[in-house]
Amino acid sequence: MTVKTAAAGLVLVLLCGCETVQPWERGLLAKEGMQWTPDIMDARLRSQIYASKEASSGGAGAAGGGCGCN
Amino acid sequence: MSVVKRFLLIVCLVLPGQLQAAAVVGEVAPELSLPEVVGEETISLSSLRGKVVYVDFWAAWCGPCRVSFPQLQLLRDDLGEKGFEVLAISVDEQASDARAFLEEVPVTYPVVHDGEGVTPAVYGVLGMPTGYLIDREGVVRDIHQGYRKSDGEKLRAKIVTLLGEE
Repeated sequence: MTVKTAAAGLVLVLLCGCETVQPWERGLLAKEGMQWTPDIMDARLRSQIYASKEASSGGAGAAGGGCGCN
Repeated sequence: MSVVKRFLLIVCLVLPGQLQAAAVVGEVAPELSLPEVVGEETISLSSLRGKVVYVDFWAAWCGPCRVSFPQLQLLRDDLGEKGFEVLAISVDEQASDARAFLEEVPVTYPVVHDGEGVTPAVYGVLGMPTGYLIDREGVVRDIHQGYRKSDGEKLRAKIVTLLGEE
């Protein structure tokens, strides 16, 4: 019981460390360094070539043929 | 530990992070004093006491802010002589971003900078842009979140009403 309470308390204390992005801080999320990929066009092109070479289009989540032509 | 005590523990641990002072309609607007984005002066809200003031929190990355600026300028041009003023507060991290924005969308009303995000936290800003319409006595009379083209006329009506109050 004591261990459980202590663990619950610890989780709560750790949760308090979670930060919310405030509305006025959202510009930070729009910065280039915060993107999943540095260049979206380049990432899509690479993904298309990869799917074409591997004949595995759809593996990355998109439907389509494997010819690299779509 | 009883359920009540556990609940109180949770409240004590979580609540301080949630509680924030905020500008509320019907109460005196929190004082602020910030440096200009372009210029050397520091402008405080209290220096505008006696005027109807629209305190506008904005950022260069915010799309609706781009819509609001020309409309606020127009309102200020039309109603400035009657005692209306806009105080725009840029919350951009870098003042240079705000300056670049102002070069594209120039305005003649005062624009100040708060890169630390202190004033939007004090005012409890929930979205960008957020405007606080403050009467001649310094009391918040309306809070306007977001901005659409059609908001200009609604805002004008509210400002005219406040200007008519003694």
